[in-house]
Amino acid sequence: MTHVLDPDALSDDVRLLAPPVSPFSDVTRSDAAFRAFLHGLSGVDQVGAEARTAVLGTRSIKTTAKAWAIDTAISMVDLTTLEGADTPGKVRSLAAKARRPDPGDPSCPPVAAVCVYGDLAGVAREALEGTGLHVAAVATAFPSGRASRAVKIADVKDAVANGADEIDMVIDRGAFLTGRYLDVYDEIVAVKEACARPGGQGPAHLKVILETGELVTLDNARRASWLAMLAGADFIKTSTGKISPAATLPVCLVMLEAVRDFRAVTGRQIGVKPAGGIRTTKDAMKHLVLVNETAGPDWLTPDWFRLGASSLLNDLLLQRQKLRTGHYSGPDYVTVD
Amino acid sequence: MTASTVPSQPTRFEYAPAPESRSIVDIAPSYGLFIDGQFVDGTGEPFKTVNPATEEVLTEVSSGSAADVDRAVAAARRAFTRTWGPMRPSDRGKYLFRIARIMQERARELAVLESLDNGKPIRESRDVDIPLAAAHFFYHAGWADKLDYAGLGPGPRPLGVAGQVIPWNFPLLMLAWKIAPALATGNTVVLKPAETTPLTALLFAEICQQADLPPGVVNIVTGAGDTGRAVVEHDDVDKVAFTGSTEVGRAIARAVAGTRKSLTLELGGKAANIVFDDAPIDQAVEGIVQGIFFNQGHVCCAGSRLLVQENVHDEVIASLQRRISTLRVGDPLDKNTDLGAINSAEQLARIRELTDIGDAEGAQRWQPACELPEKGFWFPPTVFTEVSPAHRIARDEVFGPVLSVMTFRTPDEAVAKANNTTYGLSAGIWTEKGSRILKIADQLRAGVVWANTFNKFDPTSPFGGYKQSGYGREGGRHGLTGYLKGANHS
Amino acid sequence: MSDRLAVRKTYKLYVGGAFPRSESGRTYEVTDTRGHFLANAAWASRKDARDAVVAARGAFGTWSGTTAYNRGQVLYRVAEVMEGRHAQFCEEVAAGEGLSGSKARAAVDAAIDRWVWYAGWTDKLAAVLGGANPVAGPYFDFSLPEPTGVVAVLAPQQSSLLGLVSVLAPVLAGGNTAVVVTSKERPLPAVTLAEVLATSDVPGGVVNVLTGDSGELGPWLAEHADVDGIDLTGAPAGRAMEFEREAAGTIKRVVRPPATEPEWTADPGLSRMTPFLETKTVWHPMGV
Repeated sequence: MTHVLDPDALSDDVRLLAPPVSPFSDVTRSDAAFRAFLHGLSGVDQVGAEARTAVLGTRSIKTTAKAWAIDTAISMVDLTTLEGADTPGKVRSLAAKARRPDPGDPSCPPVAAVCVYGDLAGVAREALEGTGLHVAAVATAFPSGRASRAVKIADVKDAVANGADEIDMVIDRGAFLTGRYLDVYDEIVAVKEACARPGGQGPAHLKVILETGELVTLDNARRASWLAMLAGADFIKTSTGKISPAATLPVCLVMLEAVRDFRAVTGRQIGVKPAGGIRTTKDAMKHLVLVNETAGPDWLTPDWFRLGASSLLNDLLLQRQKLRTGHYSGPDYVTVD
Repeated sequence: MTASTVPSQPTRFEYAPAPESRSIVDIAPSYGLFIDGQFVDGTGEPFKTVNPATEEVLTEVSSGSAADVDRAVAAARRAFTRTWGPMRPSDRGKYLFRIARIMQERARELAVLESLDNGKPIRESRDVDIPLAAAHFFYHAGWADKLDYAGLGPGPRPLGVAGQVIPWNFPLLMLAWKIAPALATGNTVVLKPAETTPLTALLFAEICQQADLPPGVVNIVTGAGDTGRAVVEHDDVDKVAFTGSTEVGRAIARAVAGTRKSLTLELGGKAANIVFDDAPIDQAVEGIVQGIFFNQGHVCCAGSRLLVQENVHDEVIASLQRRISTLRVGDPLDKNTDLGAINSAEQLARIRELTDIGDAEGAQRWQPACELPEKGFWFPPTVFTEVSPAHRIARDEVFGPVLSVMTFRTPDEAVAKANNTTYGLSAGIWTEKGSRILKIADQLRAGVVWANTFNKFDPTSPFGGYKQSGYGREGGRHGLTGYLKGANHS
Repeated sequence: MSDRLAVRKTYKLYVGGAFPRSESGRTYEVTDTRGHFLANAAWASRKDARDAVVAARGAFGTWSGTTAYNRGQVLYRVAEVMEGRHAQFCEEVAAGEGLSGSKARAAVDAAIDRWVWYAGWTDKLAAVLGGANPVAGPYFDFSLPEPTGVVAVLAPQQSSLLGLVSVLAPVLAGGNTAVVVTSKERPLPAVTLAEVLATSDVPGGVVNVLTGDSGELGPWLAEHADVDGIDLTGAPAGRAMEFEREAAGTIKRVVRPPATEPEWTADPGLSRMTPFLETKTVWHPMGV
């Protein structure tokens, strides 16, 4: 049980567990039951998964399909800055780019959201007021997640209060790797509760970062995906982008299979966000193809699929310019953010 | 400014056409036979070869008469006696290395030509057929001067002249599987490509010229069944190697009876792909699809029978149908095509005949909604469920994109059903349990067992069948024995 | 004889894919067999050897982890590039060993052919040296050869290219990485070979070439705890036993030098590959 600072917090006896949706309502009745459920999920053959993504990576996306895919990818970007040196100025600059990625071309769609640390969520909110773009904030002692429950919940509430309408949380990988699945689940449920907002806005949208690079195996990626979905995630996200490997195609494949299967059984659709390591338009295309041929076209909108990236946007813009003008573009034709 | 919206175009991700350019190949209006290092006109009736995706005539090809075959065998014999046989083994190796390298250099050209002539998707010819073919030559080049170390006894000797007849399903790859080991072990060859797919063999002949291969070492004699018969039955052929149907294999085995000829056969199959309840389901579905739809199911080792554990049947079939619905059938030269054309009108007729029998027998046919081109030979991916072992579609080789699904309850029953066939080329096992893989592999009467994968080939890995799927192995150390005197022929 | 002044080549070490001078700053004079100046070769120090071992260890994971087919492709490419430098090698071998043009050509031809021979072994070792073992129980049991790791090679003193290839190529074919100490008097073909390696898809660090004195570097490599094997062929006369004793301290795999340096033309068989291959045997039950 995590150490709790707040004397008003829950005692050891009470587990904060929201029962998952039917037909899985009783899998969290005990540690043993939850473990049996998660370990009973179909295994993933690593070589097979990698082979599938390699073949899908050969899909050739040209002309009209490429134009559509580039614009779609741009509209799915969570434009991100998560540096210790972030300042309000940096965030405002990022927000301006998010609204209008290509100053030379107003037909270019805006991105989906700006993603920042919780203490700068307010700056982003102000900068994006009235645009419809979302403000995503990382929270729960991002990126490591190594802090007490109380600190992590406070982090979330802070970000929400600052105006974040999406929260990207990290799971406790230490707990996961020790097999304390109910603790990990518990924490997600608590974070979801902390996403509540006053005045009938509905809770902030919750993305759960699995940090699959630390979970290592695809079997773990599958188990963590199911755990997060059962706990109430609105999105499952691959990585913090702070360690390598971040988002890999096989991991994304497994997560897309998970959301597909989850919806088939429960009727509830959950989104997927790969983050980190997606640098080029080619990378983004591969992800879109993966979505298209795994979970299906229902997921091909920013409501259900996001790309967590920073430098990707400029490469998408360069490719977009090439399609428009017919010649290769250069770094002077896109902006630094 | 609008909210983060979906672009105004439809949300369906339609891949635009992505055709590989044809301009890289230069198809002549006609081709001769390749005998003794030169292209010469055949004396038989020339025939046309057609693009099965469009029915367009590609070119006219010579047909080898018995006299032409005789000339070719004589050239091979001369080369064996005077040049290739006496040559330093390391020099033979160097020629094979050259051929391998030129195949890599001309890889794109070979891939496009293969797809035009055969109908298979360019992605497969580009990523599988051609690289494997070059790798076969590369691998065998290295054996040429190392035969003493192959564990086959000291100083193994070649057989002499090999007569080789290959099928239309992997034209260049089957050529590589035949010619590379034959040459590496010191033999010379007369090879007859399949009637419907001669073009990459003829381009290979050009490659032999570019490599300065001595005349007569490789001879390519195009033609149909009669030409093949002439090659197989020629008195001065020491070794016959055949890949094709079991029916023709029987005829060849009869024809060489009582002669001095060594024979290896690689014939048909009706492989069982066994899926246990603890299989990694998504990869198993991928493996089932790879097993029967790779190369349009024109694969002797295709996983054409799915044996699925009864308690996961519905789940697997639902996943399979969903997956099959994403297969893209169409223009073989489009880089996004998954399933290409059926190789010929004859083969298409056979597939239709057998699937009609499947319906009549009471199996349940399922096919995804599929828009097939008007011209060309096409068949959609097809799954028959509720198949019984007694059904013809459970026993006869369809050689097309048609899967027959049966169930089993226990491992013993799976093995019994898998082995209940006169064929024995390959099998698949899907389970996460290592001991089970090894135990079941031990019990299956099949020459190639794939566990948690399917249709994987490598020059180092011996390939060949049990029972009426043939005898002899191709690839690996074992594959050398078929071309050497006194070595174990199994 | 033209009036044109030649641009003379500088011969440096080859470590980690780059061509540094010795960290000691030392060089030594290389002459032909008649005493005429050929070049100042870098004189490798123990610290260069230390750096070379680090580079070789760093490259081992990737080199041993690529498929045998890929290793074969890379080694064959080396032979292609060697062939392209045939004339240069002939000149250096002739000058360094005092050979006639035709004898030098024969040596260079043989060296390239030997490299090709080893390139063709990479994807055959497992079939020849490995296999399933029919144990008396319900187990699947198989043995496979695996590379031992970083191998130090004291290259022959006399045969500056053919001898060098004969000791280096087998180490690489098995998947090991190498630290080579060249012939002291005749190091130049080795540096040209290093240039070939640098331009042939061989990853940096797989082969490291130190021109200098095997007597000076031998003990350091023999005792080095991160070197897994050592080929003592080029050890100075009388010192091989000393190096072997030093290597014993870390149970290195040792290849002893022959009594006298051979012609290097005989078929080497497997004898130079097997000393640097480990055999791994795996058991797994067979049961449903």
